[in-house]
Amino acid sequence: MSSSILARGIPSRSPAEGSLARGIPSRSPAEGSRYAAMEAVFDAIAHPAQVPGPGLAKFSRRRFMQATGIAGGGLMLGFVLKAKPAHATPTALQPNAFLRIDADGILLYAKNPEIGQGVKTSLPMIIAEELDAAWDDVVVRQAPIDGAAFGPQFAGGSMSVPMNWDTLRQAGAAARTMLVAAAARRLRVPPAELSTRDSLVVHAASGKRIAYKDLANAAAEFPVPDASALKLKDRRYYRLLGTRVTGVDNDALVRGQPLFGIDQAVPGMKYAVYQKCPAVGGGVSSFNRDAIAKMPGVRDVFALEGNGKFAELLPGIAIVAGSTWAAIRAKRELKVEWSLDQAAKDSWSDSARKAETLRHVPGEKRVADDGDVDAAFADADTTLDAYYAYRFVSHAQLEPQNCTAWWRDGAVELWAPTQTPDSGIKAVAGVLGIDPSKVTVHQTRIGGGFGRRLYNDFMTEAAAISKRYGGPIKLQWTREDDMSHDLFRAGGFHQLRGSLDAEGRVSGWRDRFITFTHGNGRPVSGGDMSRGVFPAGLLPNCRIEQTALEWKTPCGAWRAPGSNVFGFVVQGFLHELAVAAGRDHLEVLLEVLGGPRWMEEGNIRALHTGRAADVVKLAAKKAGWGRKMPEGRGLGLAFYFSHAGHFAEVADVSVDANRKITVHNVTVAADVGPIINLSGAENQVEGSVVDGLSAMLGQSVTFEEGVVQQSNFESYPMLRMPHTPNVDIHFIDSDYPPTGLGEPALPPLAPAVCNAIYAATGERIRTLPISLEGYSV
Amino acid sequence: MLRLNVNGKVRELSDDEASTPLLWVLRDALGLTGTKFGCGVSICGACTVLLDGEPIRSCSMPASAASGRDVTTIEGLASEDGELTPVQQAWIDLDVAQCGYCQTGQIMGATALLQSNPKPSDDEIDAAMAGNICRCGTYLRIRKAIKQAAGNMGESA
Repeated sequence: MSSSILARGIPSRSPAEGSLARGIPSRSPAEGSRYAAMEAVFDAIAHPAQVPGPGLAKFSRRRFMQATGIAGGGLMLGFVLKAKPAHATPTALQPNAFLRIDADGILLYAKNPEIGQGVKTSLPMIIAEELDAAWDDVVVRQAPIDGAAFGPQFAGGSMSVPMNWDTLRQAGAAARTMLVAAAARRLRVPPAELSTRDSLVVHAASGKRIAYKDLANAAAEFPVPDASALKLKDRRYYRLLGTRVTGVDNDALVRGQPLFGIDQAVPGMKYAVYQKCPAVGGGVSSFNRDAIAKMPGVRDVFALEGNGKFAELLPGIAIVAGSTWAAIRAKRELKVEWSLDQAAKDSWSDSARKAETLRHVPGEKRVADDGDVDAAFADADTTLDAYYAYRFVSHAQLEPQNCTAWWRDGAVELWAPTQTPDSGIKAVAGVLGIDPSKVTVHQTRIGGGFGRRLYNDFMTEAAAISKRYGGPIKLQWTREDDMSHDLFRAGGFHQLRGSLDAEGRVSGWRDRFITFTHGNGRPVSGGDMSRGVFPAGLLPNCRIEQTALEWKTPCGAWRAPGSNVFGFVVQGFLHELAVAAGRDHLEVLLEVLGGPRWMEEGNIRALHTGRAADVVKLAAKKAGWGRKMPEGRGLGLAFYFSHAGHFAEVADVSVDANRKITVHNVTVAADVGPIINLSGAENQVEGSVVDGLSAMLGQSVTFEEGVVQQSNFESYPMLRMPHTPNVDIHFIDSDYPPTGLGEPALPPLAPAVCNAIYAATGERIRTLPISLEGYSV
Repeated sequence: MLRLNVNGKVRELSDDEASTPLLWVLRDALGLTGTKFGCGVSICGACTVLLDGEPIRSCSMPASAASGRDVTTIEGLASEDGELTPVQQAWIDLDVAQCGYCQTGQIMGATALLQSNPKPSDDEIDAAMAGNICRCGTYLRIRKAIKQAAGNMGESA
């Protein structure tokens, strides 16, 4: 723990030593509005307007902005491709902001934040494919944050690839068209006689070849073609997409070069830490200012009031020092008296007790109600009840939150590992009371996102500290700060009832879901089953009830929000029904999916039951579903659809007499459309399997009196190498538009493993993490 | 005066830094930011450096403990003309990284392993690398990269 106060949780009201600061009240806007900005960020990512794709009307920028509230000033597709690059020069070909070709070579801009999902490589690959550039000739650079030039620039919702697929292909094709036009004029041949490949325009008849870099100057004189007039490549002719390409930053990474937020340095920079109330939202009454100010290396210490908004600026104490260590050392000696009237008093054990009562009565709302569930239950041959529960979890990205900020002359410059630089600019401007045009953000590489860095509290804190201190600072959170001030994935409770008819078919399904709310009339991020959660829409009789418990500590998006827990519940319970029916799980799952159809007509990002059945059958086939397993070993199957990705997984698991499990292998079958970077795609799936397993095994965040009870990796364990299963991956390389892979591979993992444990032992797991039921690796 | 031998160069530091964890001396005082801060309590491995060839967690070792000893950080692995080691090259060839934050610590751990055990088995790799967390879950690739590097080292030996 970074401070003695944190270690004990909320301190008793013992007087703080030394001179006391005046009581610093925290402003308290209306309770609901404290969460508004934070939740707008999530909405933008989780429920974006439909993205463009073949056969759909052109992406409406206006509708997107209205639907998402994201990125004021951002311009979409057609607008982006006409936007003038910031630094166009006459000797370079720069038909749009995404690329620049000159005598030195080919430069491509990676527009979105790189959080480990691979977009700094995969997005430029899309441009290079249509440009017909040789990948070895390409230099990739992180794009500046400039919505007018690049459109929305965020990393979330597995949206980077689908949102930019058309735009980036057109960006490359536009440049290629101009290069061909320039070559045609130089060679005095019709453009139709020319072809392109490997950064060359080729005239096959004469054998003449001209390098792009030698044509850039001339090509720049041609008009930029209209996006609608461009002819994009047929997939059959792809040379780069679908191959394995190593990440563009890998050379710099293995040399330890400064890429991440935490690596940034500016002249005269000092180092800052920020101590907030362990119970989120508490204010500073007093603290031992004089004692801290005298500590070695400390330059300044002061309290900040905050703006009262979660995920922006909460009250706390900033220490500015000559080194990170001097700041951390001083923080450990802080003695603070917190004012707790605004602080969270959340308690996990209290919530679990409330849920225990609520699960026996109908929920507050019916968020899905198809057919007549009550009649189905009354007519059923068999009914089955089960109670599932899962704990809160933390993002625990390995790079603790940090941000470098430099306030000067009424403006601020930030070097930030943020997933949402657009939102970050607005948040910082709001906190400092300046116009967003006075906020400049430099996007850094990010040491893990998982949804945590959709929220920019570290940016607003750094900006406010720099302004108050009057110079450049790098704010550094400790691991303990990070774990106590996350925006957590909420826990939840599900009382399920299912029924089987005389033929053993699933005839009715009721999920009585007990979730959490921040008291603003809506469930927390990832705690809402109202948007077509499986098996709603698939069964004739299905009801989902939803009741929300009050919860103050902010909850946020965690990799595959909602899906990461709903998958565990619904795919586990479906297996229970198959077992109760005495039928094969695979057969029942395919029966529930039914014949091939879109679940939302006209939305190509909706569940398609045919694509779903295909991945289920493929995973089963590749895993040898149905084969006889040795004693104590079983196969478990699960399917889940999220972020437009269809995924089925089969886990092969052994369990010993002490409930120690070994996950030997996970077979994954997926349909995410065309694969962009095969290496990156496989890496995301392997990582999702590990992440899913890590979370289900032992990760749990609990709260008492609003204080997080876990602090570091000793109380919040991460899966390590010896327990990593083999992962066997099969992509159905379909012709549907591609989706991102940061998230959708994760949700089926936990139910597949738990179903395998059942197959191995006959013991059903209905609680996450499974360590609570005595399992370990 | 505190003297450290970092990547073959003697670096002199104020005695005030004696109790500072080596991690922060490397990062803040010497500008060697390839060594990463992850947990601060030596259980994640992100801060791994070599001390006289042995892997240590620099977040929990005072700089004074490294006085007069050879410290090798990620920045010191490649040759002077920039040639990568087989371990570093394997990390690129197999596209190991996702976010990449833990990978410098992983590479230092792998480097130490292969120096003491040039042909490790899977179990030996697992045991040696169990102290390094990869939050993105790239363990399968890390293991494979270590084996590739071991093979390449064998061929060049």
